[in-house]
Amino acid sequence: MTVTDAPRIVTARLGQEGSHTLERYLAAGGYEGLRKALAMRPDEVAAEVDAVSLLGRGGAGFPAGRKWSMLRKAPTTYLVVNGDESEPATFKDHLLLEGDPHQLIEGVVIAAYAIQAARAFIYVRGEFALGLERVQAALNEAYEHGAVGRDIFGSGFSIDIVVHPGAGAYICGEETALLESLEGKRGFPRIKPPYFPAAVGLYGEPTVVNNVETLSNLPWVLVHGSGAFTALGAGRSTGTRLFALAGHVANPGVYEVEMVKTTFRDLVYDDALGGGIPGGRGLKALIPGGVSAPWFGPEHLDLPLGQDEVGEAGSMLGSGSVVVMDDTTCVVRAAWRITRFFWRESCGQCTPCREGSGWLEKVLRRIEEGAGRESDVDLLMDLCDNLAPGVSWPPQQTTICVLGPSIPSSIASAVRMFRDDFLVHVKEGGCPHG
Amino acid sequence: MNAAAAAGEGAGHLTEERRARALELVSLYPHPRSALVPLCHLAQEQDGWLVPAAVEEIAGLVGITPAEVLGTASFYEMLHTEPVGTYVVSVCTNIACMLQGAYELLDHIEQRLGVRPGSTTADGTFTLEDVECIADCGRAPCLAVNHRFVGNVTPESFDRLVDDLVAGRLADDIPAHGTLVRVRRRGGLAVDDDTVWAEREAMAQRLAAAAAEGQS
Repeated sequence: MTVTDAPRIVTARLGQEGSHTLERYLAAGGYEGLRKALAMRPDEVAAEVDAVSLLGRGGAGFPAGRKWSMLRKAPTTYLVVNGDESEPATFKDHLLLEGDPHQLIEGVVIAAYAIQAARAFIYVRGEFALGLERVQAALNEAYEHGAVGRDIFGSGFSIDIVVHPGAGAYICGEETALLESLEGKRGFPRIKPPYFPAAVGLYGEPTVVNNVETLSNLPWVLVHGSGAFTALGAGRSTGTRLFALAGHVANPGVYEVEMVKTTFRDLVYDDALGGGIPGGRGLKALIPGGVSAPWFGPEHLDLPLGQDEVGEAGSMLGSGSVVVMDDTTCVVRAAWRITRFFWRESCGQCTPCREGSGWLEKVLRRIEEGAGRESDVDLLMDLCDNLAPGVSWPPQQTTICVLGPSIPSSIASAVRMFRDDFLVHVKEGGCPHG
Repeated sequence: MNAAAAAGEGAGHLTEERRARALELVSLYPHPRSALVPLCHLAQEQDGWLVPAAVEEIAGLVGITPAEVLGTASFYEMLHTEPVGTYVVSVCTNIACMLQGAYELLDHIEQRLGVRPGSTTADGTFTLEDVECIADCGRAPCLAVNHRFVGNVTPESFDRLVDDLVAGRLADDIPAHGTLVRVRRRGGLAVDDDTVWAEREAMAQRLAAAAAEGQS
């Protein structure tokens, strides 16, 4: 399904009958990566992962190997899997959890061995009922198979994994909020510093938090070696990555493509991928990397899907979601809906986010509904400036976590790219799109 | 286990079988409070929502006050502190679904069920809510019934869904609200902390020895 001839690393089995079962996983060479890892020293496994520049697939894109190497030395360390996928229009981990849970579990045990974790927790978004059932069933099979639990494959390494359901809160995807939630509290992001759970994490102990897709890469890396992985992609963006494509495209879905060698145009228009915009309509804008990311216009279509390439162009690959908006889209409504999301999901700890999100939502709604004023457009930008001074990218921080300062992304994009659309709403007393 | 749980404080609301599962959940974590959200899901499996007696029992199980349980539970969308219908219909209206007509679909659903988001039908069968992205955007517009996903929803397919639910034709696929995970963890923890501790300590010494050898 890739436009290059790169192998499918994490989606090889997706879509096949019974892909979630141990039987199918073993038939496809499952748990060989773990056997290989257990025959190595933990620091050798960590070095192998560090060598591949496995950029975190959750949103921040921090290299997994670096994250591991920052662990504070302590008798007890934890591994926590972030399966709280909630960034709007991101639905790749959802597929991995339901479709290939053994691949994740194998990745978890490999990582736990490398960092010598005392216990691992897989935090799965509560809404993923089927995903939770599939992961638990796979874990039960893995215990029976000897791949988890006591003396794994006779190696002398033992670890337990606990599947933990969330209960509906976007903010719990932020890793310190996730740890609070896992401790049985409200999902309030923790004040930084310490910046990384590697220093102070779950129950105050050093903790590594890795995303589902990130860890799902590990079995392949161990089997094929770091060289095979770094042969794919370019620069820091090695390997393949999952992109969740949604909005106005013929074939919405999750696609695994080679990083950097694939462009936004490939993703949206290639027949094997998005298949283009229905009805022959043009592209108005696309949102790369989740709704926290600044938008791109048609002039960015040939940009490679690489973390630094997209970062230098003023946005981010973020959570790996791409939303396509065709030329009939009301961008005021789109910006309003995204802002409404942030307003509903703000945890309320910090004033700029709690208050700012609500006021931005109100102003956008009145423009969309036809009660806007011409000065509202500047008012929006002024409010955005309060949340993220300068409204630049990456945003200046005013709050404990990045949720608040991400709110201006869509609004500033819509205002800067389509200011006239806002003015037409004001002058015509409502949305010209109806 | 904490003293309150050992003494059975607050016990008596959860069925005997669920009480046993509750104690197992608590045992999975180094600190009992970590089991709070899973215990709330367990209580909702029994009652559909968090009834006050369940909140008290959970408080006893994890060693905090009922107010702390409620204060935490109220943060989370999936935990209900008021009664809900047998089927909670969660309609996504976020960006990907909105671009595929989610608000027009929601209009139809409101008409069909006769309630607005946030309310429950008079017969207690359906609760309607408009929710943020539920991560099924490849099949937008989508919704979930008791967290079981339904994609590519049209007004017609929604009407059929309602008919099937009311007639009990989907009982195997979509359990009553509150039942989240029907797969039981088998065996509990397989390794005790002392075993893990001893293994990690031995490995640390092995690594230190290897490092010393590398330097010499």
